Amino acid sequence: MSELDELTACFGNAGGDVAALGDAEFAHLAASGHRILSSRTVEGLVVDARETRDGISAHVTVKAGVKLKNPVHMCFGVLHKEGTQRIEMDIRLEKGSSAHVIAHCIFPKAEKVRHIMDATVAIGEGAEMRYSETHFHGPLGGVEVVPKAVVAVGRGGRYFTDFTLTTGRVGKLDLDYTVEAAENAVTELVARVFGHGRDAIHIRDKVLLAGKNARGLIKSRVAIEDDATAEVTGITEGNAQGARGHVDCMEIVKDRAVARAIPIVQVNDPGAKVTHEAAIGSVDKRQMETLMAHGLLPEEAVDIIVKGMLR
Amino acid sequence: MAMLKIKDLVYEAAGQRPSRILDGLSFTVESGEVHALLGANGTGKSTLAYLIMGCGGYRPSSGDIVFEGNALGSRPIHERARMGITMAWQEPVRFEGITVNDYLTFRNKDADTAELLALVGLNPSLYGHRMVDRALSGGERKRIELVSILVLRPKLAILDEPDSGIDMLSTQDIINVIGAFKRNGSAVLLITHREEIAMIADRSSQLCGGRIICSGDPAKVAEHYKARHCMICSDRECHYV
Repeated sequence: MSELDELTACFGNAGGDVAALGDAEFAHLAASGHRILSSRTVEGLVVDARETRDGISAHVTVKAGVKLKNPVHMCFGVLHKEGTQRIEMDIRLEKGSSAHVIAHCIFPKAEKVRHIMDATVAIGEGAEMRYSETHFHGPLGGVEVVPKAVVAVGRGGRYFTDFTLTTGRVGKLDLDYTVEAAENAVTELVARVFGHGRDAIHIRDKVLLAGKNARGLIKSRVAIEDDATAEVTGITEGNAQGARGHVDCMEIVKDRAVARAIPIVQVNDPGAKVTHEAAIGSVDKRQMETLMAHGLLPEEAVDIIVKGMLR
Repeated sequence: MAMLKIKDLVYEAAGQRPSRILDGLSFTVESGEVHALLGANGTGKSTLAYLIMGCGGYRPSSGDIVFEGNALGSRPIHERARMGITMAWQEPVRFEGITVNDYLTFRNKDADTAELLALVGLNPSLYGHRMVDRALSGGERKRIELVSILVLRPKLAILDEPDSGIDMLSTQDIINVIGAFKRNGSAVLLITHREEIAMIADRSSQLCGGRIICSGDPAKVAEHYKARHCMICSDRECHYV
């Protein structure tokens, strides 16, 4: 089986849309380790991807006014037990364009794997980008995932990101996203992570509401069990008239796991408003009682509540 | 034999004044009947519901709760539910990431959720795929909770203030649900402080001062309740109301 076939099979097993990889209407980029295995682009989308010593470097541009009909699939992974994959990504959405990028990061056998992503994203005036990143990890916990992104959202632009790591062991996660939103821009950062064993989770999301009437939401949903640890930092600064931000963190803790939430809200303009809420603890008692009153066993109730929160 | 028999039930809450919330309460619910429990705010109606359902932190100080001849004792909630008792909370809790359809079919995969949602005035095509989360209004959430226990076809459904948070025009939807429980053969313990809601019951009891002070025909109990006539308070206007 070729490496591409193997990556495609893992991608499919993890719930990815395999047919999209073979469909000329869908753009994609697939890389295993530092090898680019397959790529395709569509009209209005320019992808310049190169292999580097330990990963790949890609410049992605969606041309002005182009609204991509189908999602762009990015499939990254390390299929071996050991290895490093460093992704350097520069994404630009020109004025009035829109795109939905779905990234699948696959590490099924990882025992000693590092996956590092450094991304810069520029969302042009009135442009919109949705970025969904879903990780599929194996059961051994031998992955270190370090995604970093610096995002600038232009006037009236919209940027939504959704990071999901709920399958397999997390290993070590150190996520760091910073988004600066200009006038009338909207941004939403969502992270969902389920940690087990000795997984260590660090999430740091920062939203700078720099422009008038900018809007921002940071939402984190983390469940941890066994001896896992999680620290979630959500930072929002309201720096302009009419800016509105909210930080919403929820963490469910079981067994000996330890969770910490650090919401930091700062307002530098009297016309801005930033709010936060954080809830950490065991599964909500009222939710448990409600489901148990429906006849569910306590362990079934916990499972439903945790899965729902991470959905 | 009564389906639910409560005898000399006392519940004292630590750190509260007055600490004795229920004070020798006795009453029964018969199989298949709708029994309204009328009482003003703070008279212990919800406390009684929690004690029957076995919610955390609520255990009788003394007295017995017997369901179909079995003392409920310290049985956990899910065991009571599997015996056939269930409850709709006055303020139902929200769940992230759970759709209405999923919520309604956890324990009854074959339930016709569309028909049941329509029964409470909710359009199934608009609500089935919505989440049971904060995006629902209080009234919408309440209706979904009623449907969620209707699909369970319980032997005894405890409905804690099912009409609160529901607009007057939609009260008929709630009455429809109670009728559906009855048609299914379920008994209903209908907790309310509104005598017009209690009027739909087969039997009614008035709770005051931690006891049942009047029981029987709903119209007569409603008259008694409206007059605030209380035997505990020496035939005068009730001190507890």
